[in-house]
Amino acid sequence: MLQAADVRFAYDGAPVINGVSLTVPAGRIVGILGPNGSGKTTLLKLLAGTLSPGAGEVTLEGRSLRAFSRRAVAQRLAVVSQDTQLAFDYSVLEVVLMGRYPHLGALEIEGPEDLAIARRALAATGTEAFERRLFTTLSGGERQRVVIASALAQIARAKTEDGRQKTEEVLLLDEPTAALDLGYQLEVAALVRELNEQRGLTLAISTHDLAFASAVCHDIVLLREGRVIAAGPAAHVLTVSNIRALYDVEAAVHRDEVSGRVVVVPRRHLRS
Amino acid sequence: MKAPVRERWPFVAGSLALLVVSVLVAPLIGSARIDFARVFDVSVPFAENVDAQIFFIARLPRALAAALVGASLAAAGVVFQALLRNPLATPYTLGVSTGASLGAMLAITFGWTVPLLAVPAVSASALVGAMGSVLIVYWLARARHVGLSTTVLLLAGVTLNAFFSALILFVQYIGNFADVYRAMRWLMGNLDVSSYRPLAGALPIVLIAAAIFVWLAKPLNLMAAGAGAAESRGLDVHRTQRLAFFSASIITGAAVSVGGPIGFVGIIVPHLVRLAAGADHRILLPTAAFGGGAFLVACDVIARTLLAPVELPVGIVTATIGGPFFLWMLVRK
Repeated sequence: MLQAADVRFAYDGAPVINGVSLTVPAGRIVGILGPNGSGKTTLLKLLAGTLSPGAGEVTLEGRSLRAFSRRAVAQRLAVVSQDTQLAFDYSVLEVVLMGRYPHLGALEIEGPEDLAIARRALAATGTEAFERRLFTTLSGGERQRVVIASALAQIARAKTEDGRQKTEEVLLLDEPTAALDLGYQLEVAALVRELNEQRGLTLAISTHDLAFASAVCHDIVLLREGRVIAAGPAAHVLTVSNIRALYDVEAAVHRDEVSGRVVVVPRRHLRS
Repeated sequence: MKAPVRERWPFVAGSLALLVVSVLVAPLIGSARIDFARVFDVSVPFAENVDAQIFFIARLPRALAAALVGASLAAAGVVFQALLRNPLATPYTLGVSTGASLGAMLAITFGWTVPLLAVPAVSASALVGAMGSVLIVYWLARARHVGLSTTVLLLAGVTLNAFFSALILFVQYIGNFADVYRAMRWLMGNLDVSSYRPLAGALPIVLIAAAIFVWLAKPLNLMAAGAGAAESRGLDVHRTQRLAFFSASIITGAAVSVGGPIGFVGIIVPHLVRLAAGADHRILLPTAAFGGGAFLVACDVIARTLLAPVELPVGIVTATIGGPFFLWMLVRK
């Protein structure tokens, strides 16, 4: 379980997060929605521990993130960003193996166990065929799946002999579909659901994509100007009045009978 | 099936072998012909073995200097490229070499001759100039940021390069004809080393930087995906950036203090090695270092023999090979 309690954060004195409390229960998918500049990315960084809150606390498995070392956090929690660009030509397998960094000593080289974990992560994301290809030659959707594989390798624990103490695996996705076309959006949505259902992964996802959020997330948190304005099960939160409050947009909200997705049709901007 | 890094160690071993062979063969080539077997013939006392004297006293220091400088520049190039996430960065991008050059120009023009800790005055002064520019760039880059801003690093480095270049011209302008001639020769990049002493000054710095490089290799891989991604994998990004900046800068300063600002080694060699051996810095860094050493030893042999008995500055050789190569690479991308 990943929890934020009255978290505040400011960049150079400009407040971005103004007292956010939210819970990402173990094994659940929580979507974070909000307009540009609402603080979604900052909130994810706070949840990931790469930023420290100015006030309030983020806890993982009931312990403050401050009590964990960087490595210990990275072993349990991985981040997938919107678009990953590599400065040099690494192969897909190398990229996935980089996820093992927090599990290795300073000069330690990846062993057979790490390689097996990387292979399983490639298989889980359907990218094993690209293993030898250069990451930079992949399409956007393929790249995103490889980055998710790398994140899975990062939070996978090496197997213990018996009574394997299962620690929670948490994945934070920052606008994972923003750079993808419709087909890849569906693919990532299916992958996220599958990882959650089959591996019990705990996920927090920031997104602009209302349909994606409604299809994938159990719970949704609406963020505006660094504050939570609504939170709860997707079907309850995505309402006409909440969307007006969130985006200042008059919209019609339908439920698609086939996919079960909420379809939001924006009609009018209220500020103009 | 092994991790890719385990399959690529032959690149490291091969480049090391190449370096050793080049350092042993280079001293055999020259105007006075010497015989390899006689050089290592222990039955003849060293005092009477002319071949061994030429090999060990006259020529080996120069080959070792080429190896040390080439290895340092190539490794520094790899680290700067990773730090700035820019494959076109060179060891000189951030102003280290112009700082060193200014130091050398001052020593030459004002006739400083007192060695510093047994290091010849021009080399010592170049080293001080390099360290000065490193501190200025570092101070600028962290003035307004937590950690290092690579954008500010680049801007500060480029600006400092221009500023120091102007000062170099000024110092040359006020110097006399003979000093300016010597200064120009120094700026061309020259390995006219005839004793082990200049190496002694650079070696400790090179070893310190090399030790840091060993630790840096894996973190630099993570940095390729950006600071944010590296941080979320548990890396201390600020410490990595600081260590990369200082280690690559001091090793560049040490190399320039020995050989002058020899160009292009720090960019051609990393690129070639990356193409052949991949981007993993645990393979790339040592292979580029050994390969860079071998490359400069070879360039220096060409510089010494092409117009013999005239010895070309090795910087001219590396730049005539490096310039067209660099353009080819740009067009190819």
